[in-house]
Amino acid sequence: MTRLSVSVARHLQADGREFRLDVAFDSDADVTILFGPSGAGKTLTLHAIAGLLRPDRGTIRLGEQLLFDRARRVDVPTRQRGIGFVFQDYALFPHLTVAQNIAFARSRGWMQARGMDTADRQLLESFDLAACADACPAQLSGGQRQRVALARALAAAPRLLLLDEPFAALDAPLRERLRGELLALQRSRGVPMVVITHDPDDVAALGGRVIQLHEGQVRTPP
Amino acid sequence: MPAAALTPLLLTLKVALFATLLATLFGVLFARTLGRKRSVARDVAESLLTLPLVLPPTVLGYYLLVVLGRNGVIGSWLLDHFGITLIFTWQGAVIAAAIAAFPLILRSARAAFADVDASLEQAARTLGLREGAVFFRITLPLAWRGVLAGALLAFARAMGEFGATLMVAGSLPGRTQTLALAIYDAVMAGDDARAAMLVWISLLVAIVVLLIAARLLQRRRP
Repeated sequence: MTRLSVSVARHLQADGREFRLDVAFDSDADVTILFGPSGAGKTLTLHAIAGLLRPDRGTIRLGEQLLFDRARRVDVPTRQRGIGFVFQDYALFPHLTVAQNIAFARSRGWMQARGMDTADRQLLESFDLAACADACPAQLSGGQRQRVALARALAAAPRLLLLDEPFAALDAPLRERLRGELLALQRSRGVPMVVITHDPDDVAALGGRVIQLHEGQVRTPP
Repeated sequence: MPAAALTPLLLTLKVALFATLLATLFGVLFARTLGRKRSVARDVAESLLTLPLVLPPTVLGYYLLVVLGRNGVIGSWLLDHFGITLIFTWQGAVIAAAIAAFPLILRSARAAFADVDASLEQAARTLGLREGAVFFRITLPLAWRGVLAGALLAFARAMGEFGATLMVAGSLPGRTQTLALAIYDAVMAGDDARAAMLVWISLLVAIVVLLIAARLLQRRRP
């Protein structure tokens, strides 16, 4: 199992408001859930793990690799961390088709890779997206968007997948179905996941290791 | 069309085209470098780079003479190493027009880049792209309309450049005399018929540019 160890602090100040993130946890579960109300620092924590937010101090370790250590001046850039990210609004590239979104990571240069390769096509099939391969993200339903975001992240073969409120944008029946799909996906691919949610139903359905956040800190169970 | 009108028209289009290309290249480069985050240093840099827009063109022309003239820093270097001088040449007019038009590109490109959803750029980073690739595959394709709008404004500004061009390149018929300069020349010489014809041509070209701009900016808008 890949162990994720996070111990980070960051002081943020904007528009006269202050926020102190000071989070420490480690987990080797298949599914780790960051649970807490909005404004608890869940997204900031996830961004720090992905390298999208630089902590003021602390360390982040994934398996054997040190991703971040302020004291030792280690800060692996986002592109080299091998961590997939599914954004809350999915952040699909609006100027590219579904197929191009999924094939995006195949070329890391200045040009998009041409067409799709076998792996891309398999992803498209397994996420039931073949019918809308040439559609633009704006034409998709909420559930389809989420699947494109997942497929796009998995196409880069990440060691860890981070999901920021993956069900928040969906209605209740769809939410229930997609929770099941996400669990099945985790089991079939074996990629460990860290999932953010503020919904107790997500916690109940997904199980796994639960880290409860409150006002920027991990709340220890009583 | 008589040569008296065709020559300054072609010269004007040539100067404005090269000036726009030059201004767009540097405008996009600086807009990219200034970036998204506000800071005092960035605000100062942006103010300095916007100066050509608010300074009287003659001040601009004066500084260009100081820099590009025989005894200027760049002018003497060019003369010593390549035996070329930019003063009283159409290339000098290009530089004068490019600098006058540069702030228009800078401002619209920066606004267009800032309008691009930051999470799209972050998503591209998590998919393994370097900053240059993020720019060419996400930022620029999503912001090109704004850049193009700025380029068309810059083209219009470059076509109408008068003060700085006169000081740097003079008003040599057939060599550096653009439409704007030719009109002034005709009026001063009391040749009202020629002035009127040149004015009509200027108007026509301006309308054509605006029509092309409207077309380009309309197309493919969802």
